[in-house]
Amino acid sequence: MLPPTYGKGLRGLSLATLATISAALALVFFYAPLDANQGFVQKIFYIHVPLAIVSLCGFIFGAVLAIGYLRTGDRKWDMRSYVAIHMSLIFGVGGLITGSIWAKASWGHWWVWNEPTLVSFLIVLLLFATYQPLRFSIEDPERQSRYASVFAIVAGAFVPLNFLAVRLAQQYVHPRVLTLTGGNLPGAMRLTFLVSLLGITLLFVTLWKYEMTTKNTRAQVRRLRRTLLGDDTIRPAGRSAAPL
Amino acid sequence: MRTALIVLRKDLRLELRTLETVPAMVLLSLVTFVIFHFGLNRATIQGQLAAGVLTATLLFAAMLGINRLFVAEREQGGFDAFLLAPVDRSAMLLAKAAALFIFLAVLEVVAVPAFGLFLLGPSLGPPLPGLILVLALADLGLAVIGTLVSAIAVHTRARDLIGPVISLPLLIPALIATARAAGPLLAAHTSGSPPGKWLAILALYDVVFALLAYAVFDFLLED
Repeated sequence: MLPPTYGKGLRGLSLATLATISAALALVFFYAPLDANQGFVQKIFYIHVPLAIVSLCGFIFGAVLAIGYLRTGDRKWDMRSYVAIHMSLIFGVGGLITGSIWAKASWGHWWVWNEPTLVSFLIVLLLFATYQPLRFSIEDPERQSRYASVFAIVAGAFVPLNFLAVRLAQQYVHPRVLTLTGGNLPGAMRLTFLVSLLGITLLFVTLWKYEMTTKNTRAQVRRLRRTLLGDDTIRPAGRSAAPL
Repeated sequence: MRTALIVLRKDLRLELRTLETVPAMVLLSLVTFVIFHFGLNRATIQGQLAAGVLTATLLFAAMLGINRLFVAEREQGGFDAFLLAPVDRSAMLLAKAAALFIFLAVLEVVAVPAFGLFLLGPSLGPPLPGLILVLALADLGLAVIGTLVSAIAVHTRARDLIGPVISLPLLIPALIATARAAGPLLAAHTSGSPPGKWLAILALYDVVFALLAYAVFDFLLED
């Protein structure tokens, strides 16, 4: 029996990501008009907003995958959910940092409490930041997967509720230049934004697939070593937050 | 339902005989009021500030209860016994959430008058019915999420750490709604009726998380 092949289609996906991100950057720098009020610094918006949107969607994606684990009990679903949440955390931190830079440049402060999207994003990030410590503090791998899945589902459902509550808690001080759909942007800006969003989404998918491939391949190598060289050659896996 | 009642009665009897959790929660809340008095350097507070102080104090006291909630089950083998019994596992969620709700209610029976006595500027009388409604909804949310998180945390190695770290961000929307609903009630000239918008959000939050907890709780008891 042939072993399963991992990383199928990864090359095409990587090339597509590269092409889209290059196109997006080209559009950002050469095509999109300069913002009348904010000037050049507004261009960080094309990176910042897609990062934030993709990371939020990634959290919810992780929750959906976690449902898959609880339904089937197959640990590959847990692995998928873990990688999705883990990637989203990285994207989320990126979104937060780029957002902070943008805020400093255009509003004059690194952090603004009366911008609901910012605050709710921070809360979601703080919640998901506990995902790894939670996994790490459960030793039994099967229980780790189960509890992490329960957490992922609860936290995934928390995302929209949290946005609702925080948004209602604040009066709008800043005009909402952008809604999630890129609502009232002029045409050239909207096109650039959509291409950037697509590029970042592809980046997420590619990185997700890369990490899945690495983890699967590593597990496969361990299995093969064990079969060919015997159990003694394999060092027992250390305690880890990642499912194995 | 009967199972839940039996487990609940067991928990209440245990608490009455050992007096382990609720007195500690009450003491913590009283000490927190004193700390807030010195931290804020105010003799009396009112309005949104008072609501924030009350909410934060009750939250910290609730954390103690949440951390202790499943410890007896874990240490004395109550989980195994419960799993061996041919009963619906959701009964455990219902019983524990009810126990936590009762603990919180008892805590507030002492802590809220103490708050009125120590810190609150305006009289506690007029806003009391509205405040009871707000706190009841808040307790419901605390009880549901607390039970869920406690059931996750009790099986981890650093349970006293993992519990609060997960439940605090998870509770933020409920706490925002509680504080905002209680704010106008504790103002100097209050109408005595809490803002409907925040009550609705609090209720929505309670319902969503109650359903969610009901859906996932079984997975936390499997072994």
